[in-house]
Amino acid sequence: MTTSSSPSHWTPAGFEEEALSARFTDLHPALGKRQAIIESARCLYCYDAPCIKACPTSIDIPTFIRRIHDDNLEGAASEILDANILGGSCARVCPTEILCEQSCVRNQGDECQPVLIGLLQRHALDNAKFESHPFTRAAHTGRRVAVVGAGPAGLSCAHRLARFGHDVVIFEAEEKAGGLNEYGIARYKLTDDFAAREVEFLLEIGGIEIRHGQRLGDNLAIAELTREFDSVFLGLGLGTSHSLGLTGEDAPGLMAATDYIKVLRQSSELNVLAVPKHAVVIGAGNTAIDIAVQVKRLGAESVDLVYRRGEAQMSATPHEQDIARANGVMIHTWARPLAIDSNTDGQLSAMQFARTRVEDGRLIDSGETFSLACDGVFTAIGQGFDDASLSDVHAAGMARSGAKIEVDTMLRTSLPGVYAGGDCIARGQDLTVQAVAHGKLAAEAIHHDLMLKVEAA
Amino acid sequence: MTIHTPLNEDNARPAGAGANDAASNDHVASYKADLSINFAGIRSPNPFWLASAPPTDKAYNVVRAFEAGWGGVVWKTLGEDPAAVNVSSRYSAHYGPNGEVSGFNNIELITDRSLEINLREITQVKKDWPDRALIVSLMVPCEEEAWKTILPQVEATGCDGIELNFGCPHGMPERGMGAAVGQVPEYVEKVTRWCKTYSSLPVIVKLTPNITDVRLPAQAALRGGADAVSLINTINSITHLDLDRMVAHPVVGGRSTHGGYCGSAVKPIALNMVSEIARTPETANLPISGIGGISNWEDAAEFIALGAGSVQVCTAAMLHGFRIVEEMKDGLGRWMDSKGYQKIDDFTRAAIPNTTDWKHLDMNYQVIARIDQDKCIGCGRCYIACEDTSHQAIMHLAKDNGTARYEVKDADCVGCNLCEITCPVDNCITMEEQDTGKPYMNWMEDPRNPHRAA
Repeated sequence: MTTSSSPSHWTPAGFEEEALSARFTDLHPALGKRQAIIESARCLYCYDAPCIKACPTSIDIPTFIRRIHDDNLEGAASEILDANILGGSCARVCPTEILCEQSCVRNQGDECQPVLIGLLQRHALDNAKFESHPFTRAAHTGRRVAVVGAGPAGLSCAHRLARFGHDVVIFEAEEKAGGLNEYGIARYKLTDDFAAREVEFLLEIGGIEIRHGQRLGDNLAIAELTREFDSVFLGLGLGTSHSLGLTGEDAPGLMAATDYIKVLRQSSELNVLAVPKHAVVIGAGNTAIDIAVQVKRLGAESVDLVYRRGEAQMSATPHEQDIARANGVMIHTWARPLAIDSNTDGQLSAMQFARTRVEDGRLIDSGETFSLACDGVFTAIGQGFDDASLSDVHAAGMARSGAKIEVDTMLRTSLPGVYAGGDCIARGQDLTVQAVAHGKLAAEAIHHDLMLKVEAA
Repeated sequence: MTIHTPLNEDNARPAGAGANDAASNDHVASYKADLSINFAGIRSPNPFWLASAPPTDKAYNVVRAFEAGWGGVVWKTLGEDPAAVNVSSRYSAHYGPNGEVSGFNNIELITDRSLEINLREITQVKKDWPDRALIVSLMVPCEEEAWKTILPQVEATGCDGIELNFGCPHGMPERGMGAAVGQVPEYVEKVTRWCKTYSSLPVIVKLTPNITDVRLPAQAALRGGADAVSLINTINSITHLDLDRMVAHPVVGGRSTHGGYCGSAVKPIALNMVSEIARTPETANLPISGIGGISNWEDAAEFIALGAGSVQVCTAAMLHGFRIVEEMKDGLGRWMDSKGYQKIDDFTRAAIPNTTDWKHLDMNYQVIARIDQDKCIGCGRCYIACEDTSHQAIMHLAKDNGTARYEVKDADCVGCNLCEITCPVDNCITMEEQDTGKPYMNWMEDPRNPHRAA
């Protein structure tokens, strides 16, 4: 493992690259043409379709599915992309079981199962053949907008702004654009270089420049952006991971799940990745599931996922929990981390837990404890807003809601001309599709506000 | 439970086996009803015959069909030598949303084998399968001599009857045969009379649907002495195009031609035509062999209830093989048992008294749609159909959880059934009869009728 966070006591699990790669292909394989035709015929083409309302980006699902069935894949893909320019990654990473597919009318009564909307969306986007980028830019407005963060929110915002005829510069801290699609989503959900290809496609619209190595609060300040640009959109994401708050948290072998996933996603050779033999994952969200499953697939002998409450309270969907179990991950509920044990070499050796229960609505220790021997612990107990990004004087005046940025219904921050969306705002939901929706909405607000100024001038 | 045994020599029905299919020896008894029929003097162990078409082209197929349990076959149309010659690329289909074939189109002509071979095979097959109905379809030019020549040869085979192919809509009419005869009642009558003159066999006249009023050729056939009619033959059709090559299917060397349409898509047209003949007093007693998209026992029961004494099947067999007849017999037999029908005649024409002209319908009858909210899945199809294209009689209401609730506005519902048709859930929308308290009143009695006789 090439990262500095790789503890010396971890080694690659010793599998052939071919065998490992096979474990990181699509978790849900794409539909074939025949499957897509059969599945699309199941869609009832509902009026006032509940699936559309359940999609944060309001994709007109019945319409695109009808077009798939009518062998009009380009029409289907255009319909999807018009609502959600990152429809390809959303088709792969959305928890459809709690969004569109949950609300599908065929999820009720005797209808067997919901229409496989996510897989159909992927089918349309994977197979549509566009001669050129399917969207064009409106007449050049002469306005310039800065977008901070090339994640789903920023990219979505930039594309929509470009369509409106504005010029966009995206400031991105990392080497690659894509945000969590590139660095944070499980490798078997976004395979190959899909995230990069999707960004490439998005940029085909023109009028979007990406400047890498630009980190807000480091070599970039809001004051400077508001001076140079007509509007600013902040799609900063969440830059820090919550820590356990225990003594010895810097022990080699304990790290944030997101740090390891980032390395895993960027690795071109999985067989050289160092992996713990016995891993413990703390958390109950999709990131916890993602790290647990991926570490298991990389060759860890055991992976134990521990959550302080019960299965019903886990934010990972039952579908995600099933994936973890199917991959041999042991899920322990009602236990909270108590202490970190290290061996004489200072390496992580075990994690101690206190059993918990709810009493009078409060979570308390039951008095019982247990220990899990492990040489690796991954924390996935949530991420936080990185305060450093808003440390300049101008940014410091921005209203916050808790740690996150406060915005109005049109995603305007308290600073004039500055908008924000995605995970960094108070109503962020930790969903790619939500971030895309914010980016789109912010672009519409920015365009509206800029055009008002034009009219007023 | 029906045990469907594979076809081999051991289980081929021996010659002279019993004439009734019910509880026969080659499968476990499943129903008590007697499916056997006597159609215009032609006996058959069940009402399911294979229509004159590729499945009855030669002895090999027909024997397989009899082994599979078909009650009879109409041997593919014989003609004068030299035999017809077919093109390559002959069929095309109209598909439903799941890729299932709803309609089938062909441009094949009559038999492309010599008369002598066909007659020899017919003779042998009838000898080996005496209990099955074997009818020979014929098409020769509209000249007395031609019929006078072929009829004795056909009769010599021992077959049970002949069917006159006056319906083939493609290819043959260009040569003055098939539908070119069937569309002119005078020709129908004339040729039928020749057949009755030069043959002692029962004569079934097969009618073309490519005509304005199917009752006219049926009446002509009766005047000519026909023992029965069969209908419908196929409908002129073009199923679909290759839009890249700008040519219809089936494509023959870059060109195409219209074909004859059959399969389940034509069933409604055939049912109506059968009923029209059955409920016309003049032809009410003329036996009818029903043809047109019969795919299962229920279709067959419907044809019989509207006047058919036997049914002919082709497309279903072409799509699924001969084994489909087992499903048809089993389903029909069990249904008959459930209704207390002991034989086919018990429900033949049972729906005819209830099939009438519009003017006899009750103007005071009223149904209103009811939506079962427990079954409703909220797809909104009933709403948009009614709102856009019908009577705006369904309300679109928001439920507390953000989903929609659909309710019928009784006062605006005219009882058109559109919502019931669009609803994907079984018995979620039902059309409920209203007690209007008013007596039967037809349009001729209705004061709103400006032409009402005082």
